[in-house]
Amino acid sequence: MSTYDQAIKKYDPVLGLETHVELSTNSKMFCGCSTEFGADPNKQTCPTCLGLPGSLPVANAIGIESTIRIGLALNCSIASYSRFARKNYFYPDMPKDFQTSQYDEPLCSNGYLDVLVDTDEGTKTFRVEIERVHLEEDTGKLTHAGGATGRIHGADYSLVDYNRAGIPLVEIVTKPVPDTGEYAPLVAKAYVTELRDLLRGLNVSDVRMEEGSLRCDVNLSLTPKGSKTWGTRTETKNVNSLRSVERAIRSEIERQSLELDKGNKIKQETRHFQEDTGTTRSGRSKVVAEEYRYFPEPDLVPIAPDKAWIEKLKKALPEQPSIRRTRLAKEWGFTDLEMRDVATLGGVDLIAQTIEQGTSPASARKWWAGELSGHASKADLELIDLKITPTDVARIDALVNEGKLTDKLARQVIEAVLNGEGNPDEVIKKRNLAVVSDDSALIPAIEAAIAANPDAAAKIREGKVQVVGVIVGAVMKTTGGSADAAKVRELVLKTLGQ
Amino acid sequence: MSDLTKLSAVELSGELSKGSVSAVEVTKAHLDRINSLDKSVQSFLHVDNAGALKQAEEVDKNRKENKKVSALAGVPLALKDVLTQKGIPTTCGSKILEGWIPPYDSTVVKNLKNAGIVILGKTNMDEFAMGSSTENSAYFPTKNPWDLTKIPGGSSGGSSAAVSAFFAPLGIGTDTGGSIRQPAAVTGIVGAKPSYGGVSRFGLVAFASSLDQAGPFARTVLDCAMLHEVMAGHDPLDSTSINQPVPDVVKAAQLQDVKGMKIGIIKELGGDGWQNGVLNRFNESVELLKSMGAQVKEISIPHSLYALATYYLIAPSEASSNLARFDGMRYGLRVDDGNLSAEEVMNKTREKGFGKEVKRRIMIGTYALSSGYYDAYYAQAQKVRALIAQDLTNAFKEVDVLISPTSPTTAWGLGERVNDPMAMYLADLATLPPSLAGIPAMSVPIGLADEDKLPVGLQIIAPFMNDDRMYRVGGAIEASLKTKWNGLLIDQAPALGGAK
Amino acid sequence: MSRITREEVAKLAELARLDLPESELDEYAKQLEIILESVAKVGEVSTKDVKPMSHATGLVNVFREDVTKESLSRDEILRSAPATEDDRFRVPRILDEE
Ligand SMILES: [Zn+2]
Repeated sequence: MSTYDQAIKKYDPVLGLETHVELSTNSKMFCGCSTEFGADPNKQTCPTCLGLPGSLPVANAIGIESTIRIGLALNCSIASYSRFARKNYFYPDMPKDFQTSQYDEPLCSNGYLDVLVDTDEGTKTFRVEIERVHLEEDTGKLTHAGGATGRIHGADYSLVDYNRAGIPLVEIVTKPVPDTGEYAPLVAKAYVTELRDLLRGLNVSDVRMEEGSLRCDVNLSLTPKGSKTWGTRTETKNVNSLRSVERAIRSEIERQSLELDKGNKIKQETRHFQEDTGTTRSGRSKVVAEEYRYFPEPDLVPIAPDKAWIEKLKKALPEQPSIRRTRLAKEWGFTDLEMRDVATLGGVDLIAQTIEQGTSPASARKWWAGELSGHASKADLELIDLKITPTDVARIDALVNEGKLTDKLARQVIEAVLNGEGNPDEVIKKRNLAVVSDDSALIPAIEAAIAANPDAAAKIREGKVQVVGVIVGAVMKTTGGSADAAKVRELVLKTLGQ
Repeated sequence: MSDLTKLSAVELSGELSKGSVSAVEVTKAHLDRINSLDKSVQSFLHVDNAGALKQAEEVDKNRKENKKVSALAGVPLALKDVLTQKGIPTTCGSKILEGWIPPYDSTVVKNLKNAGIVILGKTNMDEFAMGSSTENSAYFPTKNPWDLTKIPGGSSGGSSAAVSAFFAPLGIGTDTGGSIRQPAAVTGIVGAKPSYGGVSRFGLVAFASSLDQAGPFARTVLDCAMLHEVMAGHDPLDSTSINQPVPDVVKAAQLQDVKGMKIGIIKELGGDGWQNGVLNRFNESVELLKSMGAQVKEISIPHSLYALATYYLIAPSEASSNLARFDGMRYGLRVDDGNLSAEEVMNKTREKGFGKEVKRRIMIGTYALSSGYYDAYYAQAQKVRALIAQDLTNAFKEVDVLISPTSPTTAWGLGERVNDPMAMYLADLATLPPSLAGIPAMSVPIGLADEDKLPVGLQIIAPFMNDDRMYRVGGAIEASLKTKWNGLLIDQAPALGGAK
Repeated sequence: MSRITREEVAKLAELARLDLPESELDEYAKQLEIILESVAKVGEVSTKDVKPMSHATGLVNVFREDVTKESLSRDEILRSAPATEDDRFRVPRILDEE
């Protein structure tokens, strides 16, 4: 029996998730600096997000609105009076040495999100209860220099880029989720997947785990079967892909169970997930114990959303992802299983957008869930992180339908687009990939082939049509195989009076 | 024209608009006086000779080209070194900010520049505005121009000294618990703390965010009002800025009439422990107000007895968080021998860069916010604060303004209280209740104490966003005393270094 | 009453990132004790049902439009930094892990 199976036999896992979502506002949460990803270091900073002496914050209206919309979509109640609080601790990536966050007065609380997981007894719904949704600011980005690993440990010094400092960050905290048993890793993964789709549907965030706009911390404890008191929990940080969510929980269940089996106590601590090994490692404990000295941020005034505003936001919420999926599956003629696969891949919106551009649902699914998901998993990326757009896919599909691309050529075009060589038309032009069926482009090649094969040409003129293959073959050779062979044949015969 | 430095801002404004003097001449006269006499007062941390003259030239040019200029265009000013001015060092009186050049203007400075007011330089202050004597400056103590062995008040002592020494007709200070009013009182000039939110805090290096407010110093009530008007107004860069019209303080300062006004004397502020000479001048002012037709009565603000305890919890708590950013990572001082960790560099930089009073207050604030103490200290103080504000609101149902002596004593000797923090804190006894309530208050000179012939101030307190009311009372008192003294109180100050 | 020990001062200093010299701990302990004893007076006030007042204005919902403004010039912000490298702020090695 595997370590995991043994662990599950003896213990019940209780999991919890804290998810940080970077909002895709134009400007930062408390200043007018741009939030665009990938700018040169420290180019998107001002007195406020650098915490320069004398600077002050002013809250971004869309940041507040987006947080409330997330809360509403997660079935939360929205506070009628909410405040920002200062979370005080020293760290070089934090310009003010406090983080503007929320403490005991979060904007949203007490919601839930239902997720579906395939179990031995069929598909089961698990309800993940939401404790709170609050708004805070992101920190700057550290790069560790010197040392062998590029990690903080062993580094000689660090460099700070404050472009990210002050970007609005929504923290979504679940209540402890009990009774998931062996499915704990799958429930967690399904929760993050569903949350990601919900956030994408709300259009409040890019939700790209790869770029860090969606980040997960996983809490886990084990309770011996039959016991009523929950065990000591650990918090694992750095869980930055859907697959990692699943792996981190699985590995932490295994680790904790082995510790408990040895009679050891679980230390309440922060651990770090390591992508390479798929395991968690202990974080070094802090020099000073956590004492955040929260107090209401005096530089900002309270938020008191009025009921009419909340009602308006509620009415304008998009369809819930699960309901939308059911509707779309019916519209597109997908089976439940096909739809679930597409959803797990994060492909629902991509397929919808491809269909909007005229592609048939079956083809759209074929490209995304067939061809492209292979590329994604090879590169350990999400579908949405691939450098190809629904417009590109729709264009490729159209070209295939028009006979301008063969399936084989289409795959080459996709590879080139993913490589960043341009959009499909640019790639086709650059690489000369299209099926050549244009008469004027073929005629010179045909004339050259006829001139080079006078015997064959004479025979065809005489009616011996079966030798046409010699000339077609020569044309195909000079055009590098990009010509439409049937078309060439037709033109050769026509040129030779047949 | 006699000595240009003797003129008030209003008088200078008149001469400038007539064209009888240029802004450059006015600025030069003040710079000359500073450069020859400030070595004895030490009110400035940084004198911006070139920048000030450049600003003055600009004003003269605009006047020559008949461009519209504001009333105070070309009038010089002394700026407390806690407000940022782009390109000019801002130290907050601290070593930890030595060498920091702010890359942006505070909103107050922006407003001054738009009005064509000439900024002569940055004035000394208690480190991060923590203190009542300016002795907590990390650079040097400033002296009181009335008596160079006495303190000029604090924390805005550099600005109060500069204005009372005739280095500038206008000054700017900041007031968290009395840091404009008490220095104004002990140097015999006028100083006002506007309603909280009346003047933008953007670019004011924070001590206690929920209390800090910048305000004007001047030698006359009208000058003070005119500067107040320039500084004030809504600022979208400050979330706590009030989006309402600025009360008409200039008109109120010119009324010179208190007939029919109801004035309350705060019962709890006076009596045992208050200097006799201070109380005598205060009582005379009460009689004066009565003789001018005001109705005066005593009013109790019961919770004002807890103002000191409340303030010395709230202000240090906010300060402990506001001052965290001075960690040697991004600007200012860094203490590093090349082998230290970031944590050690922060610890050593802050130990070396902050003075003792700042460290004391950071630790008090850290204590009051810690889990286990938060409810008993910080949260309780915020509740008592609400009760003090409520007492004041109740009082204003009965009276138009409240009055008290500004400070329990006149200026004390340099060094007398430096090792006794609690004695130092007592100087703020009367100025704290309005600070905690966020309501406007000002100090106007009402004479010299009998014992030491040093200035005494009257504090006038008005309801929230009714700043004009205190100017009305202040203007009336000043007018009446001016007749009695045949001039301003400050004109009785001894000459500095023989020249005046 | 509020007794403050050397050890408590040392802990506060650690939290506040102040490397106080050992020799000054006793003096700080004495002064902090006097101050804390004095401010503890707030405890005498009955504050049942009183809402804490965190600021004077009574303002709520002060927001800005989500529009971008020009950022500072990078040269200007890095000029004030104690150390820089590759257009970033250079800081000493960090011990604590976030
Ligand atoms: Zn910014």
